[in-house]
Formats: sequence, structure tokens, C-alpha cells
Amino acid sequence: MTENLFELKKVSKSFVKAKETISIFEGLDMTIKAGDFIAIMGPSGSGKTTLLNLLGGVDQPTSGEIHFDGKRIDNLSENGLAAWRAANVGFIFQFYNLMPMLSAAKNVELPLLLTGLGRSRRKASVEAALKLVGLDDRAGHLPKEMSGGQQQRVAIARAIVSDPKLMLCDEPTGDLDRATADEILKMLQLLNREFGKTIVMVTHDPEAAKYAKKTLHLDKGEFVKEELMA
Amino acid sequence: MSDLYLIFKNLTRRKLRLSLTLFAIFVAFLIFGVLSSFNKAFNSGIELSADDRMVVVNKINFTQPLPIAYVNKARAIEGIDVLTWCNWFGGYYQDPKNFVAAMACDAETLLDVYPEIVLPEDQKKAFMANRQGLIAGQSIAAKYGWKVGDRIPMNSNIFSQKTGGSAWDFDVEGIYTGSTEQFDTNSVYFHYKYFDESRSFGKDFAGWLILRTTDPALNDQVANTIDTMFANSFYETSTDSEKAFNKAFIAQIGNIAMIVTSVVGAAFFTILLIVGNTMVLAIRERTGEIAVMKTLGFPAARIFKLVLGESLLLSLIGGLLGIGAAWLIIGAMKAALAGILPTLVLTPDVALTALAIMVGLGFLTGIVPALSAHRLNIITAMSRQ
Ligand SMILES: Nc1ncnc2c1ncn2[C@@H]1O[C@H](COP(=O)(O)OP(=O)(O)O)[C@@H](O)[C@H]1O
Ligand SMILES: [Mg+2]
Repeated sequence: MTENLFELKKVSKSFVKAKETISIFEGLDMTIKAGDFIAIMGPSGSGKTTLLNLLGGVDQPTSGEIHFDGKRIDNLSENGLAAWRAANVGFIFQFYNLMPMLSAAKNVELPLLLTGLGRSRRKASVEAALKLVGLDDRAGHLPKEMSGGQQQRVAIARAIVSDPKLMLCDEPTGDLDRATADEILKMLQLLNREFGKTIVMVTHDPEAAKYAKKTLHLDKGEFVKEELMA
Repeated sequence: MSDLYLIFKNLTRRKLRLSLTLFAIFVAFLIFGVLSSFNKAFNSGIELSADDRMVVVNKINFTQPLPIAYVNKARAIEGIDVLTWCNWFGGYYQDPKNFVAAMACDAETLLDVYPEIVLPEDQKKAFMANRQGLIAGQSIAAKYGWKVGDRIPMNSNIFSQKTGGSAWDFDVEGIYTGSTEQFDTNSVYFHYKYFDESRSFGKDFAGWLILRTTDPALNDQVANTIDTMFANSFYETSTDSEKAFNKAFIAQIGNIAMIVTSVVGAAFFTILLIVGNTMVLAIRERTGEIAVMKTLGFPAARIFKLVLGESLLLSLIGGLLGIGAAWLIIGAMKAALAGILPTLVLTPDVALTALAIMVGLGFLTGIVPALSAHRLNIITAMSRQ
């Protein structure tokens, strides 16, 4: 399938900071195909996180349109966006961002509280997600009882438990050593190849970008280079 | 996993802080429960007094007597339904330490004036029939182990018998209960006739008259008529509603309600600051987590409920423990203080007031952090991490 999952049309984004308007994007056009795995690289401050926030419906453009699956999302209300995120996006953060007082299983269950699923269906989904990331034996562990790599795997399980089409990852391996980082990246690659998840990943690490299907280089709010992986 | 589970996990994540905060709430509600119960007990005489009941005492003060001849004169007044009279006996049982609130009253009319005195029909008959009969409240009967059919001696620290000695013999013919839990069951009543005939001085005088009007609206008119009737005599009267009479009596003990209000008010103000501050800090620490939950798609309203639910749960746990402890303490003190505060009990309305305060406290301490969590902007919060 080569249908477009995302279409950004003339998207501009600026921030007002201390009475000064900082423009990050001006008239940015971009398309993301369903099933793609894109790495976004670029110097600090080039707008990578801002782009991810726009794609994830966490932030809204100053002007322009964002279409997801044929529907506009840039004009949704705050609650509308929250519901859209819950249904369509799995988020993975650099510092895992698990709830420290909840066990691995409860952390994974969290997004399911936003669905109408009953207890047993939730339990089954949580078990399946933890099994997929190879942590079914750690279900009862608290985040502080796990290594960074394990915590990031729990975060991946949390991101996929409600079966969203899209996964957004901001520096998912930025806090991990090489070997662990490779493990996480292989897992993302598997989710992309076997489960058809569309993935957009921001990274500093050229090694990490190699796991993606293509890399986009962002500089000063513009795409300056595109590389396709073998 | 439910929202309540999330609330509970958030609440219990810092055990030491939780214990200290809970303890502060616990103490405040303990103070509230105990002091309110005391206040109620002090005031129960006022609250329980019937609107249509009036007391006639000597104008000089209520310890001075009135001639018994006043009874028949007063009974002729229009608007009076029933009238009885009593005389304070100054009783004690076996040892002067064992104070007994004993009164010699007109047995024929006593129970009509005090429908709160609940007595089985056969005991009522037996009491009427026996001029040496006595009825005792169930608390005092339990205290001294009196049973129906017992013959007991009672001493007076005021009066003496014509035949010498300060002891009278009585037959316990009835043990009464109160029609409400707060009604005093620490008193004993016996026949005025028996007392009046046998005492060595003070014959044909009564301590005070008690009457019921046919309609509370007639109270003022009846009081005026009585006091006018006996004006310019040796024994002028002062007639007041029972409520006013009890209020004046309580006023001599001091303004307990004000003390209670200020102590309890200070306690609640303090915990409002402590708990409010704790909640603000707790939620500020969780800024990042709240931003993550919002990112995952939790709507602002749900986050608001989670935070407010946490402060409500905190307040309810501490408050219920505090009121529970107050209930135990009041229960334990009830027996020891039965002589002074016969109606000491933690009433359901004190518990309900406490519950309302718990909800109010939970709301007040949770509303600020809940609103800031509701408003929290994901991007600002995440970039601050
Ligand atoms: N909420 C904000 N308010 C003001 N300026 C912001 C905000 N978010 C990002 N910026 C600015 O936008 C620019 C791009 O930020 P960002 O997207 O985080 O870059 P990157 O992730 O590529 O490092 C930076 O100059 C940053 O200071
Ligand atoms: Mg960034």
C-alpha cells in the first residue's frame, strides 16, 4: 500500500517568546506513507520535536492543514485531539516516562483506560503486548526495578497496546548504550515490518537512523536532504 | 485497573508524607468530634426542652422555695394544660461521694409534664400505688445496680427526717428510659407527699413548678398572668420557658460553643494550609507524569477528577479515622462523666457534619492543584523536564 497516512499542507509554526515571534516552520509540505519508517535528523533547535508534536496532535500549527487518514486534525478541539491521540498514536519518549508507582503491566494498561474494553480484554491485550517486547515475566515489576532498556520495552508495549497505526518516537535510544539501543531499534523495525506500524523517529544517532526506511534531514525548519536505506 | 486504583497509587506513593498529612487530618477531626459532642451534651438541655414547657421559680433565684398553695391558684389560669411541682432533695447513695440527682415531685402529674420519661405500664401503676415508690433512670440504676423491687436508702445533704436522721427508704418501682438517646436517665423521682410529710422543715413548700401550656403561642401570656398573680407577695415568681431557663443555667458554665468553635476553627484552618500545601507540592512534582498522561490521550477533565479524587480520598481517610477515634473516646468517657454530662454521645448529626467538612476540606485542598493539572500545557511541561 502506498496511500498517504499524513499530508502536511503549507504548515507554519511559530512561537511567541518574550514578545518576539520565533518562526520554526514556514509553509512546510510533507507526506508520510502508511507503513513507512522515517528517521528525522538535524541539529539541535532545528524543529524536530516541534514537528513530532504537530504529527502527534500534541501541538497545533499556526497556519496550514494536517490531514491524517484523509481527515483534518489541525482544527480539532483539545478534547477531540486527546481522543484522536488515544486512538491513533503510540508515543515513545527518550526517558521512557513510565508511571513510577505502577507495575509494568499497569503501565501498559494505562492507554486501555481510554477505551471501552472490559477487564478481561484489557488483561489479554496487556499480556500480548508484554510478550511481544519479551517482558511477560516482569509484569509485576515497578519501573525502578528495571533497567533502562527494559523500561523502554515497557514503554513500547504501552505504545502498541491499543493497536494504533502510528508510532512517534523522540530520541528513543538517547539514554541507552549501543547494544540496548540496537535491541530497541530492532523491535521498532519488527513492529514496522511485521505489524505494519508507521513510525516516525527523531534521532541524533546515524546508527539508529539506519534501521529506518528513509532519513530526512531537517535544518532551520526545512528538509534539506532525504536518504533512502538499502 | 480503575481510576480509583490510580488515585490510591498516587496517594500512597510517599508513605511518610502521607502518614504525616493523615495524622494532621486525624487530629483535627478527633478534636472536632470530641469537642462537638461535649458542646452538644452541654446544650442538650436547651435543645431537648419542649417548647410548651415552662418553669416557675422564686423571683429571688431558683434555689428559693415557693408555697405549695400556688399550685391550685396557678392551675386555675387559662392556657395551662398540666402542672406539676418538684423539690430538690440533694441526694446521695450510701456515701456523700455518690451524688444522685433526686427530686420529690407530684407523682400524679409528673409523667404528663415529662412525656420523655418512658416507663412500662405496670411499673407506672406500681409507682403511683406506692407512696414510698421511686423511679430511677436506667443510667443511674445501672451505676448502682438497682433493680425493680429493691428497697434502697437515700440520704439528703439538705433535709432531715422528723424522726431524725437524713436517710429515707424507697422502693424502686420503675426504671425509666428516655424517649431520645440524649434524654437524661441519671435522675430519680419519688413522691412529694411522702417527702413532705416526713421532712423536719420546709413543709408545704416546693422548689419550683413545671407546667405545659395548651399552645406554645400562649407561653408569654401564661407567664405574665402567673407572675402578676403573685406580684407583691412574699414569694414573687419568675416564669420562663424551659428553654430560656436552661439557657440561663448553661450561661453560668461559660460560652462553651464559642470555645469549641474557635479551637475547632483553628484546627481546621491549620490542616487546610498543611493539606493544601502538600497537595500543591505533590501535584507539582508530578507535572511530567501528568503531561505524559495527557499526551497518551487522557482528557483534561479526567485528570482534574483524578487529582480532586486524591485530595477527597485523603481527607476522607484521615477524617473518618479521626471521627472513629472520637466516637471510641466519647464512648469510653460516657460512663465516667454520666453524673456531670448525662447526655454525652457522638450524635449522627455530628458525624454528618464531620463528613460534610471532610468533603469540603478535600475539595478546597484539591481544587487548586486539580485546576492547574487541568490547565497544564503538555509542551511547556515536557520541555521543562
Ligand atoms: N513552547 C515553545 N515556546 C517557545 N519556543 C519554543 C517552544 N518549543 C520549541 N521552541 C523553540 O523552537 C525551536 C525548535 O525546538 P525543537 O522543536 O524542540 O527542536 P529540536 O527538537 O530539533 O531540538 C527552538 O529554538 C526552541 O527554543
Ligand atoms: Mg528535541
